[in-house]
This record gives sequence, C-alpha cells and structure tokens, in this order.
Amino acid sequence: MKQAMTPEEIKAKKPYLDWSLSEVEYDYISKKLLGRLPNYTETGLFAAMWSEHCSYKKSKPVLRLFPNKNSRVLQGPGEGAGVVDIDDGQAVVFKAESHNHPTTVEPYQGAATGIGGILRDIFSMGARPIASLDSLHFGELSDPQMRMKVDGTVRGIGDYGNCMGIPTVAGETTFDPCYQGNILCNAMSVGLMDQRDLQRGTANGVGNAVMYVGAKTGRDGIHGATFASADFSDEHATQRSAVQVGDPFMEKLLLEACLKLIHQHPDWLVGIQDMGAAGIVSSSAEMASEGKSGMELNLDLVPQREPNMSAYEIMLSESQERMLLCVKKGHEKDVQKIFDFYDLDAVTIGRITEGHDYVLYHDGQEVCHIPVSSLTDDVLEEESREAKPERITKAEQAPQWQPQITDPAATLRALLQQSTVADKRTFFQQYDSQVRTCTVVGPGSDAGVIRVRGTKKGLAMTTDGNGRFVYLNPEAGGQMALVEAVTNVVASGAEPLAITDCLNYGDPNDPEIFWELHQSVQGMADACRVFDTPVISGNVSLYNENNGKAIHPTPMVGMVGLIKDLDYIVPSFAQHAGDLVYLVGQTGDDYAGSELQKMMKGDISGTVQLLDLDNIHHYLQQLLAQMQIGNVASAHDMSEGGLGVALAETLFKTDLGMNLDLRSLSAAQLFAESAGRLVVTVPVSAQAAFEKSLGHDAQLVGNVTNTHWLELHLQDAELNQNVTELQHLWEEAIPCQLKSKD
Amino acid sequence: MKIAVIVFPGSNCDVDLYEALRTVCDADVEYVSHHDSSLDGFDAVMLPGGFSYGDYLRPGAIARFTNIMPAVVKMANEGKPVFGTCNGFQILTEVGLLPGALKQNNQQRFICKTVPLEVVNNQTMFTSQYQAHERIQLPIAHADGSYFADQKTLDELEAHHQVVFRYAEENPNGSLRNIAGIVNRRGNVLGMMPHPERAVEAILGNTDGLKLFKSLLEHGRITVEG
Repeated sequence: MKQAMTPEEIKAKKPYLDWSLSEVEYDYISKKLLGRLPNYTETGLFAAMWSEHCSYKKSKPVLRLFPNKNSRVLQGPGEGAGVVDIDDGQAVVFKAESHNHPTTVEPYQGAATGIGGILRDIFSMGARPIASLDSLHFGELSDPQMRMKVDGTVRGIGDYGNCMGIPTVAGETTFDPCYQGNILCNAMSVGLMDQRDLQRGTANGVGNAVMYVGAKTGRDGIHGATFASADFSDEHATQRSAVQVGDPFMEKLLLEACLKLIHQHPDWLVGIQDMGAAGIVSSSAEMASEGKSGMELNLDLVPQREPNMSAYEIMLSESQERMLLCVKKGHEKDVQKIFDFYDLDAVTIGRITEGHDYVLYHDGQEVCHIPVSSLTDDVLEEESREAKPERITKAEQAPQWQPQITDPAATLRALLQQSTVADKRTFFQQYDSQVRTCTVVGPGSDAGVIRVRGTKKGLAMTTDGNGRFVYLNPEAGGQMALVEAVTNVVASGAEPLAITDCLNYGDPNDPEIFWELHQSVQGMADACRVFDTPVISGNVSLYNENNGKAIHPTPMVGMVGLIKDLDYIVPSFAQHAGDLVYLVGQTGDDYAGSELQKMMKGDISGTVQLLDLDNIHHYLQQLLAQMQIGNVASAHDMSEGGLGVALAETLFKTDLGMNLDLRSLSAAQLFAESAGRLVVTVPVSAQAAFEKSLGHDAQLVGNVTNTHWLELHLQDAELNQNVTELQHLWEEAIPCQLKSKD
Repeated sequence: MKIAVIVFPGSNCDVDLYEALRTVCDADVEYVSHHDSSLDGFDAVMLPGGFSYGDYLRPGAIARFTNIMPAVVKMANEGKPVFGTCNGFQILTEVGLLPGALKQNNQQRFICKTVPLEVVNNQTMFTSQYQAHERIQLPIAHADGSYFADQKTLDELEAHHQVVFRYAEENPNGSLRNIAGIVNRRGNVLGMMPHPERAVEAILGNTDGLKLFKSLLEHGRITVEG
C-alpha cells in the first residue's frame, strides 16, 4: 500500500508533532539513528515507541530511585509483571496499571480494558491470575455526570473481571474535586505460579516463528499510547477512537490457551508478551530487543477485522485480547492446535532473523527497515526542570490549621457519611469477590486475603494512595502511601513482600509537577528501603490534567504480603467482649490533608511532616510477631477519619462496643490522620506478652464491651454513641447520594 | 458415584465445583469438555457457573447447542442426577430440562453477596441432609438471576414441590415467588442461582452448601453402589 506521505513531506509538514514526537527527536532519529528520513510507517512507530507511555523517557531518571531487588525478588521491573518467591517453589506475580485517560473519556470500556490489559500482563508470565484490586479516584458524587462515570467505571471493572472469573478482593475508592475532569482508574492483578513456569517476553533463535494469537486487529485504540501522553482539553473533544473495546470472553479463552501452552509445552515456547500499549510494534520490538535478535514481520498475515488497514494502523492498533509468541521452528502447527481448541487465531506472522534489524512487509513491499534498538533502547531521555511550588513554601511558613471540636459524636457521624469514608458496598457488591473459592477476606477490610490452595499460606493484598498528603508535601505523602499499604497488610497478619505502583501526575513539562513526581518517588523509595518492600513492577501515568488543571499528585501503592499460616490471620473487627483495646503508633495534631479538614474547610491546606519510618517499621514488626503467635484478636488500620472512624469500623458488623479512656487525646485528635497507626484488640491472657513486645508504641485505652455503644472519654469531651446508628449512616451515605435527582 | 463437571468456553466456577467435590467431599469427579459428546460411565453431571460464551445473546443460549448437551439431556431422561448452579441453571432452562427463564436482575446490576435461603423441599436427592424449612446462607453472584415463569408454570412448580430453595427475608434480584432453585418433576434435575460450592469450607466463612453435595453423594452411595 502507498504511504500516506513521502519522507520529504513528513519532514516538511511535521505530522509527527501531532503524535507527540518532538522536532528534536525527529531530527535525532533521521540524522543519528537512521542516517536518512524515516518513512510514514516508521515515523508512526517511532512516535508510539518514544511516547512517555512506552519509553518512560521523562520518568526514567526518577524511577531509578526505587529499590527493586531483595532475596525474594525473582523478576523486577521490565517484564509483563514482577515476580516474588513465596517458598515451596511457588511465586506470586503482580502488577498495577493505570487506565485513567480511557476511563475518563469512556468509563465503562476504559475500566474494562484496564482490567483486561493487566490480566494479560500476569498470564503472559505463566501465572494464573487469582485476584484483582482497584484504586479509583473520582470527582464529587454531587455532580450527576460524575455519578454516571462512577457507575460506568464500576460496571466496566465488574463485567470484565466477573466474566473472566477472577475475584476482585480489595481496593479503594475516593472522591475529590481534583479528579472531576480526569478520573483515576488503576487496576492491579495478582497471579500465582510455580517458579519453573516463569516466562519472559523475549524472541530469539534465527528461524523461530513470531506467532500472533487471540483476537483480530481492528482500527480501535490507534494512538492509545500517545493519547495517554498528552493532557485533556475541551479543544480536542473527539478522542473517542483512542479508547479500546474489551471482550472478556475472548480474554478468558486466551488465558486458558496460553496457560495450557506454557504449562504443558514449555519446550515449544521461546517467549510470550501481551500486546498492550502500541500493540504489535511494542510487543514485537521489545521481544526482539530482549532477545538481541532481528525480526521480520509480514503484516498481510495479521488477522484483521477491517479491510484496507494501512501498515501504520495494523502496527499501532490497540485491539484487545491479543498476544505475541515466539515459537520454536517446527512447532507452529502444534501451537495452532492448542489455540484451535479454543477457537482462537494463531498465525505465524514473521521470523527471527540474523542481525538486529526490524523489518516489516505490507502488500508485498518493505515498509519499515530500522534497527530494533532505535525503537526500544535509543530513546532520548529528557531532562526535566524542577521547581518547588510556591504553595508549599508558603504553607511551611504559615501556622497549621487547628480544628475546634465540641461535639465529637456529631463530627464522627458526619465523617462516616463523607463519600471517601462511607461504606463502598454499593460498588464492590458488583464485583464477584468469591469466584475460585480462595477468598478468605473479601472487600471492605484492610487487605484482601487469598489462600494458596494445598498449603497453609495466604496472600494479603491492598492498594493505597492519598493524593491530598502528596499535594501538601510530596516527599511525606510518598512515605505515607507506602506506610498505609504496609499497615493494611500487617493488619491482616501478613509480612509485606513487595510493591507495584501507578504514578499518577499532571503534565511533567511543568517544573512544579516534575518536582512533585521526584519528591514523592523519593519518599516512597526511602520507605520501600526501610520496610524492605522493593518495587517489582508498575507504571507511570502523566498528563492527568483537564483544561490545564492537574490532579493531586497521586502515587498508588499496590502491596502483597505473605501469611505463612492462615490459622493466624487477623480480622479487622472486634472479636470478644472483655478484650483489651490498644492504640498502636503515635497520634499528633495531624490535620493537614485530613478528611476532617476537607469536610470542615471545603479544601485542604497546611503541611505534612516526614515520618519516623524506622520507628514505624520497628513496632509493625513487633506487632506482626505478636500476631503470628496468636496474641492479637483484631487489628484495623487508621486512615481517613482517623481513630474515630477506625473505632466505629472495628465495631460495625459485630454486636460489640468499646469503653475507652482517651484522656491523652483531645476531641480533635480523635480525627487526626497521623500515619502508621492501628486499633488493636488483644485477649486479656496475652496482655503481658503483648505489652512487653510493643512497649511504648502501644497504649492500653480500655476494653471491648457487649453493649454496642462507643463510649469515649476524651481530654475535653465525652462521646457516647450507639454503633447501630453509626453503621446505618455509614452504609446509607453512598446509596443515598447515588439516588439524588439533582 | 462418578461425577462429570462440564467445562464450557467461559465457564469459571468449574474449578470451584471440582474442588468442592474432590478436595472437600473426596468424590470421584472429572472435567468433561463441551467438545465431547458422551457421558458414558458417569453417574451424575454438573454444569458450573460462569459466563459460557460470554453470556452473549443470552446467558446459556449458546452453550445449550454444544456437543455435550445431548448427553446431558440423555442423563436427565435416564433419571440420573443433573445439577446446574448459576450459569448452569441458566443453561438447564435454555435446553428445556427445567421450566422458566432467568432474567436480568431487577436492579440491572451484577450482585455478589451472601443471602439467606429457605430449604423449601428437603425430600430431593440434592437436599435430603437439610432439615425441612432449614434457614441457610449461600453466596449469589450473578447479573441474570431473576427467575421468571408464567403463572400456570409457577403454580405447577409449587403444586409438585419443585421449588427447592427460596430467598428468605429479602429478594435480591426480583425472582418471582422468591425462587432461588427448582427441580424438574422427576426430581433429578436441580438448577439454582446460589453457589453451594462456595460454601463448603470453614476457612471461607461458610459451610452451608456442604449438605447439598453430601446429600447427592449419599444418594449415589445408595443407588450406584447399592
């Protein structure tokens, strides 16, 4: 097929600028990498592969701050997903990915294909996905259009995951005006595998086949990668074609076929990779680069859903539910038979060649002939300017906001009805959380827990991110995101293993936003080192802006922890009247960025202190050791709404109450959001051992009672509140807002 | 008693049924592909939950035309136990082994939660270990579970004690007469929307489904091993 423009026309008309390739990059490619002008197809491939989404050219220098190794890590960043040893020859595989831009434009398909993409990353490694998590950040529910987007997003996640038969077991959903024009939809998938089945995205061995398997290629999602690398504005209202459409049934078949091939015939397979962002070009070029090979593809052989697609469209299509395999020569028919059983296409579209060239043929003509490395390894890293925002300098000098709370019961009732705090049952009941019958703890707890069949082991998992703290102090906010995840995982009795992340920020060309990215990653990285939880996978989502207004910087941490013996799993709610109640961690006047501040002031302000990470690490280790010998009856992390909300949640769904002497705290401090704290209940019989182990880091404040009342004696107020009423308010807040006719 | 668990394209509770039978109940169970056309040698057959053929067209509407279904119908006609949960129930109504249909939930959303049920009929091969009118809790997880049939069919179902499980306290999906599970007139084909296979182990927080499998295995012990 004729190219849409000649190389000379491209040089003159610069269409690549619309594809987010800069003039400097174009010149570098022409003069330094190729020594000639790239043709139309090649220019398109460069634009996609050199986009931030594929190349991380802006964020790479910052990502290098993360630790990504320890004795358990079997595979760090760079593959479909990270892999961690969980003993007995088994491994847990996990990764999170953002699908913010598609979900903002078309919530249902955006969220659905977000799930689809992350699942393929897991099973391309040879693992069976066993659980999904999400991290959703929306604008306020008072906006009717936002209610529609929330509904679409939740249905999209549910319909895809439910059909695939993978339980959604944990997650977070928050609401803040900063996400009004750009919602965040981050999905995490966790898989389980035998270590011997580990696969990599590589292609090598001259003559070996490059096989295309799964759904046919259409024109959907072209420019998805560059789309995610530019910000939204009302001027570009027609970006719908960049959103892909999902088919979970097709993906289920693809999952079963790929795992059958990997588990039963590993000797036929050289490598396997998902066709994600930038479709065939990214998967094939990355596999060739990894295998240090050359590759030739004949695009006429690619299964196509539509006629007359150009080479450019075929290569850049982001049609879903497709995988690329490198198969040993002679086994092409064997592989095809496996996919035939599932009625899936499996077609040899090319071969591994000598040398390192990436060559494409279309309509009998060579349409691309460039070095593999020019697409994958030679990308110009971009130095970014950084500047500390004035708002932060100002806030550091200004006095901190001090709330006046006279009726703590009224404040607690109001906080429990804030949509970020309120019960999310309305959403998570639309997700099948039990399929595969391994869900020991489902949604609505600190962390989801999945058992590992045939063993005593369990995996605890959580997603956490709070953009408000990061906005006020990126470094401290980064620390807090990690500490929150660690606290949630420890609360269920698990030892934190490693993390994945989604780094959601605004336009990195703005020096203040790049500074936020750098500072918060520094905070996360420091905390990762202290807790020995390396970053094994993740993604970066920049340009989360609407009409020039950026979201709060929102790094999301997805963490998995190992429970060695499920007999010692710890629930998040109180168990027995008479048990002792402890506060673990230190409570300060930490109101900046709190739910209380947002509720009372309508916005957040002030500054957030850096954490004493070593101390938090120390007492969480002690707490975990107590859990592992059965000395802890329940544990619940304190997050939005602080101690007050955590106490109420500890009593919901029980018929118990608490009577606590909190005279060391003011009524306001009941709602402070100091990081790394938990409410823990301990049987009286374990009091001595527990106190000896936790020392000053745990404060005995009272007992679990059998009255279903919360009775708190604070420094400057009393709180006496029926828990049934609190639970009712907490449960009805979101259904009530969704029914609003405004 | 040898039990077949059918695997359709898109089935996803097949593993759950298999494990409930094999690991928890120590039963003799095998997966059988929808491509196969024979169930010779099996004494009972189970149709698992999931999204056969993606629920495209209508849940169960395509699965009923697969190779294996004539063999399932044959077993039903021979009086052997046939059990379908969730999508399995939908397939059983589509193929005509059970009357009525499963419509979209009245709130038009997928719903996953544990609901209270009443065992209405404990005189079947699937429910003999339950007490009459026993209250149990079982998980539901479906988008299309609202049982529908015309008045005459509903009256006949009641008259012949074919309603086996009813939603108690609340009706989660709009099912007529709170129907959660029914048997055929002969009593050997049971379809139900709730998932007993998800409620067979204490570690998952619920064992109320165990008696269903125990009932069937006991029935098998008497009829097959004699």
